[in-house]
Amino acid sequence: MRLPKARGTLSEQLFTALREEPGTPVTIDAAVADDAEDRAIALWASYELHYRGFEDVDDRWEWSPDLLRVRAGLEEVLEADLRERYAAHRPDRTSDRVEDLAKDLFDYVAAHDGPSMARHVQTDATEAQVMELLRQKSVYHLKEADPSAWVVPRLPTGPKAALMELQFDEYGDGNPARLHQHLFERGLEAAGLRSEYGAYVDEAATTVLEANNVQSFLGLHRRLRAASLGHLAAFEATSSIPSRRMAQGLERLGFPDEIVEYYREHVEADAVHEQLAVRDICVPLVELEPHLADDVFLGAFACLDTEDRQARDLLARWGVAA
Amino acid sequence: MSAQPADGTPDVAARPVVEERPTIVMCPEGPMLLRGDAVIEDAEGNRHRTTRPVSAVCRCNKSATKPWCDGTHKLLPKKLRP
Ligand code: FES
Repeated sequence: MRLPKARGTLSEQLFTALREEPGTPVTIDAAVADDAEDRAIALWASYELHYRGFEDVDDRWEWSPDLLRVRAGLEEVLEADLRERYAAHRPDRTSDRVEDLAKDLFDYVAAHDGPSMARHVQTDATEAQVMELLRQKSVYHLKEADPSAWVVPRLPTGPKAALMELQFDEYGDGNPARLHQHLFERGLEAAGLRSEYGAYVDEAATTVLEANNVQSFLGLHRRLRAASLGHLAAFEATSSIPSRRMAQGLERLGFPDEIVEYYREHVEADAVHEQLAVRDICVPLVELEPHLADDVFLGAFACLDTEDRQARDLLARWGVAA
Repeated sequence: MSAQPADGTPDVAARPVVEERPTIVMCPEGPMLLRGDAVIEDAEGNRHRTTRPVSAVCRCNKSATKPWCDGTHKLLPKKLRP
């Protein structure tokens, strides 16, 4: 993958700098960003150096203190935004007993009411809308599960083993042909879309980049490990039923088996993963480190909120009432 | 490294050995988790082999992919959940 297109003053300056030799001083101030879109693509590219990198950027940029300083400025804005939105959606827990955490977390996710993209796809979406959705979703699905992988070494014994049990399934249980990212690649190809990593980043909506950035942000900061796992739990707990609707919608429109299969796989896989994420990962972590309970909900909120914003954004583009 | 830091807070790393994880877990209001390879015979006598390291077996009887859980239990009123 090559660097994406700049989307404003900040990303323009940043991408120009990244094409230089590492060590070239960077004096960019994140505050020059034109808007949320400019910030989102700049942050997305700085995170991407930790995943697969760019052909036109020297890998040594990954740990450049100058670049990390710019990234930190962008993360500050992201975190402040997220915490501000979360403040209005804190869970109303009757107790902070860890025995109630599983139930409280499932209830918190279930009580969240957002626009349903999957319902639209199931019954009404056009083929062109679904194609656009797949292109947008590819920004995440081609690195599905990777942002939570950063958390593994940061966990105590029980939650660490449990997270690996879940991740192992995400990564195909050792079989590359079953790797979820790869199932999506095959689905994209069968649907006539490009499947290479990052293929559609240039057309990714700001809300899609932001959702991606939140996951990397939570995954890459050890202090936010519980939020990263709360995000994972909410993601898995909102996947089975929507995945079934997606599969039905794709079948309705005559999409090829490979892409239908991707969603079918997630119906059953995520019915398992949601239980593991909540009961074997989040709960035991909070048992060991009770002060992390609120972070679990912060992460769960981050997932629900960013998913809503993406759905609302795309539905609005298509003139569909959310 | 001391097992108990000077400030008296428990040291997470020094916690006792974690318990062996169970092979079968009944999830409240949800499926039964089943670890390892197994063949399940359903009520009609059809056999289903597990395909993943941990499987979720439907207990609410409303799944569209029985014997596996597909999350449908969450759409049921609480008193109808397992
Ligand atoms: S227990 Fe989950 S669908 Fe029946």
